[in-house]
Amino acid sequence: MNSSLPRRPPARRLGWHDPGVRSAIYQILAVGAVALAVWFLISNLLHNLSARHITTGFAFLHREAGFDIGETLLDYSPASTYGRAIWIGILNTLLVSALGVVFSTLLGTLVGIGRLSRNWLVAKLAMLYVEAVRNVPLLLQLFFWYSLITESMPGPRQAHRPLPDVFLSNRGLKIPALHGESVDGMLLGLVLALVGIVVLRYWGRRRQQATGRPFALGRWALGLIVVLPGLGWLLSGRHLALEVPVLRGFNFAGGWTLSPELAALLVGLVVYTTAFTAEVVRAGIQAVDAGQWEAANSLGLRRGLVLRLVVLPQALRVIVPPMTSQYLNLVKNSSLAVAIGYPDIVSILDTMMNQTGQAIEGVLLIMAAYLTVSLTIAFFMNWYNRRVALVER
Amino acid sequence: MKALKLIAGGAALFAAASVAQAGTTFDAVQKRGFVQCGVSTGVAGFSIADSKGKWTGLDVDFCHAVAATMFGDASKVKFTPLSVQQRFTALQSAEVDLLSRGTTQTITRDTTLGLIGTGVDFYDSQGIMVKKASGVKSAKDLAGATICLQPGTTTQLNLADWFRAHKIEFKTVVIDKLDEALGAFVAGRCDAYTTDKSALAALRTTLANPDQYVILPENFSKEPLGPMVRQGDEQWFNVVRWTLNAMLEAEEYGVTSKNVDEELKSTNPNVQRILGVTPGIGKGMGVDDKWAYNIVKQVGNYGEVFDRNVGKDSALKLDRGLNAQYRDGGIQYGWPIR
Repeated sequence: MNSSLPRRPPARRLGWHDPGVRSAIYQILAVGAVALAVWFLISNLLHNLSARHITTGFAFLHREAGFDIGETLLDYSPASTYGRAIWIGILNTLLVSALGVVFSTLLGTLVGIGRLSRNWLVAKLAMLYVEAVRNVPLLLQLFFWYSLITESMPGPRQAHRPLPDVFLSNRGLKIPALHGESVDGMLLGLVLALVGIVVLRYWGRRRQQATGRPFALGRWALGLIVVLPGLGWLLSGRHLALEVPVLRGFNFAGGWTLSPELAALLVGLVVYTTAFTAEVVRAGIQAVDAGQWEAANSLGLRRGLVLRLVVLPQALRVIVPPMTSQYLNLVKNSSLAVAIGYPDIVSILDTMMNQTGQAIEGVLLIMAAYLTVSLTIAFFMNWYNRRVALVER
Repeated sequence: MKALKLIAGGAALFAAASVAQAGTTFDAVQKRGFVQCGVSTGVAGFSIADSKGKWTGLDVDFCHAVAATMFGDASKVKFTPLSVQQRFTALQSAEVDLLSRGTTQTITRDTTLGLIGTGVDFYDSQGIMVKKASGVKSAKDLAGATICLQPGTTTQLNLADWFRAHKIEFKTVVIDKLDEALGAFVAGRCDAYTTDKSALAALRTTLANPDQYVILPENFSKEPLGPMVRQGDEQWFNVVRWTLNAMLEAEEYGVTSKNVDEELKSTNPNVQRILGVTPGIGKGMGVDDKWAYNIVKQVGNYGEVFDRNVGKDSALKLDRGLNAQYRDGGIQYGWPIR
């Protein structure tokens, strides 16, 4: 029979009727159209800028900034360059974002678990918190926290003094600070100690898996944390003093300051984001099959242990991806800082754009800064997600 | 606000290149039939809208005067409120025909923005306001003080310059919105608040107890405030520049909105030229010879506009000071209309 003969497939004719060729052509056309549109916009922009005698380029980054910044992590004065001012802004954004992510994760986990609590009062309070906070615009909440701090706190002369040499006023929280040449050495020691603990923990687990011998991490960790910074102190010449804040004229001089702006922004961001992370955590826990609870209970584990050892590790698989979005939201929401006077990257670039008139460069820099931070967070969280994801065998 | 900035940026991307060609602003304004004037978002005495949306103030009246020059009708003007961040982009992208919102004239602004100042309608200086209770008598007493201000103006630079020059330590809190920035000062977060002295006087009238605040005597800067236009259209530039000079000249020769019709019969050749009795001056600018008559009749001369909005007949009660005519000890001086 004819049909039993192997039929030769028809020769592949490259042409419009070939779906592969067709889709390739469509894609090339689409990319071409986008490229053309971008080229048109950019060339039009450059033409308009030069037709209007508007200076372009990033040369201004080396010019003197000339303005003061209220809060700086690095040395900065009005004589520093615009480039330096932008770094100060990026660091301020990173500072509030990092603190915000840590606190909203911790609080979010607590509130999320609280919403599932069998204690009626705890569950309802957690629900009330979530519903009240996530339904009010963040900007409004920031204004609320900022005025709460500035209006309710006394002036520096009448500052509260909850502990000796600790002052609380509308200029912020002032606490004594370590001061002297050895601070850097001790910080280095502390960082090394933390790295050492992570390495030891990893090694200890490997050993326990291989030989069954447990490793007493706690003792070693304590030792490292005491010994390494101590060593840093000894090696760097033992220059260490406590700098105490003193009221001088209008304000406290010396010591370490938590400004009202940073405090209001941080509290606002944490309170707001916690409402969302709590829901993420709750959803994650509820996504774990009821059978897992029952199985763990039948082993005789207490509720806390069931959560910690059985439920949360599985819940993480559901929690991590939406949590990444919340972290990214928090970072971007920190740009509302400009409304309450915290000098973040947007606030500083706003000032810079106005003084140099180079708005396009400024907006590009803001975009680049947020893109870098967001992509870094997304990259790290995706890596973590792969680690906790269910490995199917 | 951020959205507006993006829109302004987008407008810069898309705007046709032709708007920057010579002569087109003048033609565009004439064809459109009204002047689109960029003013502030609300500074009492200079440009502020009332509850019915009617704009008043010195800067607003200047816009009306430009409309009188162009169309012989001071009402042919529309206002665009602009924040300090939006103002230059809005003018660059032809969203407005001129800026009349207390903009300091500096060399950087004249040389790098594609814009140019047309004159000075208000000589101001940056000052600092403190609470009377603080006992501060001079800015030199402010060592270690925290100062609240709004971002992105020459204010921030002048402040830093002055304190650097006097080697005095200070801290700033920069807050985007006026209400929040001023509120932080009133609540005691800052020891002082700084901006132009005229604006300080205006802001003080809005506070709960105006007499509890003092403006310190120091001047941190020279702030020649005036209108700005885009570069590349000298005809339009002339209209804006000479509108201001006509208002100053009218005051100098005693021509007011009340007596302008009688002054048409004046035998003073200066007055005859200003009011267009001697023909030819308006034609050179491309407008009606009665242009200055229309300004004075419908808006008033510089002194009238000053007194009505910020001077003795207003809530601000500012002295003429530097803004008096040169013969009265000020530095305002109308260039000759001839």
